[in-house]
Amino acid sequence: MTVGNLRTKDLLGIEPLTPDEITLLLDTAESMRAIGQRAIKKVPALRGRMVVNLFFEASTRTRFSFETAEKWLSADSLNFAAKGSSVEKGESLLDTAKNLQAMSPDLIVIRHGSPGVPHFLARHLKAGVVNAGDGAHEHPTQALLDALTIRQRLGRLEGLRVTIAGDIAHSRVVRSNIWLLTKMGAKVTVCGPPTLLPGRIEEMGVAVTTDFDAALDGADVVMMLRMQLERQGKSIFPSVREYFRHYGLDAKRLSRAKPEAIVMHPGPMNRGVEIASDVADSGRSVILDQVANGVAVRMAVLYLLLGGHPLEGES
Amino acid sequence: MSRKLLLRGGKLVDPAAGRIGRFVVLLSDGLVTEVGGRVEAGDAEVFDASRLLVLPGFIDLHAHLREPGREYAETIATGLAAAAAGGFTAVCAMPNTSPVNDSRETCEFLRLRGEKVRGARLYPIGAITKGQKGQEMTAFGELAEAGAVALSDDGKWLEDGGLLRHAFEHAGLFGLPIVQHAEDKSLSEGAPMHEGAVSARLGLSGQPSMAEAAAVARDLLVAEMTHGRLHVAHLSTARALDLVRRAKAAGIRVTCEVTPHHLVLTDEEVAKSEFSTRTKMNPPLREGSDLEALLAGLSDGVIDAIATDHAPHHADEKAVDFDSAPFGIVGLETAASVVYDRLVSRGKLPLERFAALFSAGPAKAFGLPGGTLAVGAPADVTLFDPEARWKVDPHRFLSKGRSTPFAGWELVGGPAATIVAGTVVWQRVDL
Repeated sequence: MTVGNLRTKDLLGIEPLTPDEITLLLDTAESMRAIGQRAIKKVPALRGRMVVNLFFEASTRTRFSFETAEKWLSADSLNFAAKGSSVEKGESLLDTAKNLQAMSPDLIVIRHGSPGVPHFLARHLKAGVVNAGDGAHEHPTQALLDALTIRQRLGRLEGLRVTIAGDIAHSRVVRSNIWLLTKMGAKVTVCGPPTLLPGRIEEMGVAVTTDFDAALDGADVVMMLRMQLERQGKSIFPSVREYFRHYGLDAKRLSRAKPEAIVMHPGPMNRGVEIASDVADSGRSVILDQVANGVAVRMAVLYLLLGGHPLEGES
Repeated sequence: MSRKLLLRGGKLVDPAAGRIGRFVVLLSDGLVTEVGGRVEAGDAEVFDASRLLVLPGFIDLHAHLREPGREYAETIATGLAAAAAGGFTAVCAMPNTSPVNDSRETCEFLRLRGEKVRGARLYPIGAITKGQKGQEMTAFGELAEAGAVALSDDGKWLEDGGLLRHAFEHAGLFGLPIVQHAEDKSLSEGAPMHEGAVSARLGLSGQPSMAEAAAVARDLLVAEMTHGRLHVAHLSTARALDLVRRAKAAGIRVTCEVTPHHLVLTDEEVAKSEFSTRTKMNPPLREGSDLEALLAGLSDGVIDAIATDHAPHHADEKAVDFDSAPFGIVGLETAASVVYDRLVSRGKLPLERFAALFSAGPAKAFGLPGGTLAVGAPADVTLFDPEARWKVDPHRFLSKGRSTPFAGWELVGGPAATIVAGTVVWQRVDL
């Protein structure tokens, strides 16, 4: 296969990517899917390359997905979780980074609770850096796997009406999706309670509403965000029951969207809070497809950033 | 033996004395003794100020010198040397040291230390409350005797309105202004940047403009009732400026300062720098509309002073993620140049206002000596070279702090020499 390439050593977000780069990533991910469907799920593409998974925040899906992608591409990987590491002994982020650098990894996959940490590492490290989620800023591989899933189900991104609903303020998923979908020509509406809608988010090129029913009218894609219950300590939303009544997606509400509309969720779901089980488990739901596509997308990212020699074993 | 210095050949810009043009200035025994078209040199040493601007010594109303307590970040010696290198002849030191400057002993230490080191003069600012805890007033009279020129709890806005009322009333006895960092923390929630389109995009929490404006509004009401003297530190928003403008028109005794960074940078800088902690300070960089309002306030006189909010931190403290980095950047060695290059050279600020905002304005706000080169004034002079070309290289700063959003900027105009009490305390190496 012929691949172009990305312009940088890092994937820090969707914001800096061009539509061509996004398409390249999605097309590459599409060709990676075949590897996961084989009996022997391994190609030697990244043999001898070292990837460090640096997770300062809890993650199940994303971390497993990166690890799987690394194994299938034959990269050596090291896992670092902040818990039990030297970070707990007070080591600074810069020192952690420098120590890692001394081990000469080729790529660092980082998840951190504070926006900009991947950018900080990219400035200080020779290794490439992949943002696996930085605070409420970006989560580029999530947006890519969402786009791949939409493309598979609906055949395109351009011109689609995508509604993203829930806790917009604290979501990195929504920001990466806004960048990706608007760059690819989709029309995006974000919806949530006023306390969870950051002012001026419309300047990112999206429609904004607090009326969930109106936001669902005629949607091709309904993307539900996780209600971050752990952050709702203060005066954000009075009760879970009130939240579900106004912003929970059930089958009746979903009927306002287009008949062929798909339902997405980045996980982990709060059933009965933002999404009802009758929707989450229905044929409209592509939530498990998203998880499966996550591995393919991360393989594509690793492969393209590490300079991907032609895929050995491909015909 | 008398010490005399004659400044000849330069262009004097002394708005307070109404003198702009070619004047010769004679400094004797720490004072300005003659200003005129022709002054006999006599036994005075002659300083050739040709091609330079001769300005009343710059006074910074707002700096953090870190000593005592955080000498690894800055000391009085390095801070006052940096001030002199930035053209400042005097610096007001905020009280957030360790211990806090809330007692006669600490205040005297600061003043005496300032007298010992070469560089700008040091004027201590005393804390309003013990330990800056916002609970119990300090002994304003003792602080004033020990040299305090103003009172402030610095980064901690005095929330307790009743206490503020009494502070205004008591400070009036000693003629001290109350300096407030206007930030209602219940509204700002300690967020690392300004709340606006950029924070929404970057996923960082933001401080809304109203957190500053609401605090200023409350302070103005209390100042009005008590006839107290309020000084608003590093005012940064159009809303707060509007409140100050109206209060001044209504006769409330209020003054305010702005920083150079709020005059030339916006919150977009956080995005452009990819979350560099060099763009993190408090108040945060605001929006274009705020910047435009501040520029208007400089020219129409609502803003009294440009102050640096020089806030050095150790490089290690700033080499962390944006959320956890401390607020603050250095400013003493770039302030005048940045303002001159970006505003004066580009026709956005008249030269006389530039001179006044760095000298007469701050002197008047805190009732300090200086701010003019009229006969009898202290011999504190800033010699400024409007043609100097230089590139900001933090590694060459005299300050221990290196964190500045102006690193790498190429500037035209900069200090050439700084004279304090008739003595040249700093001079550009090539002069």
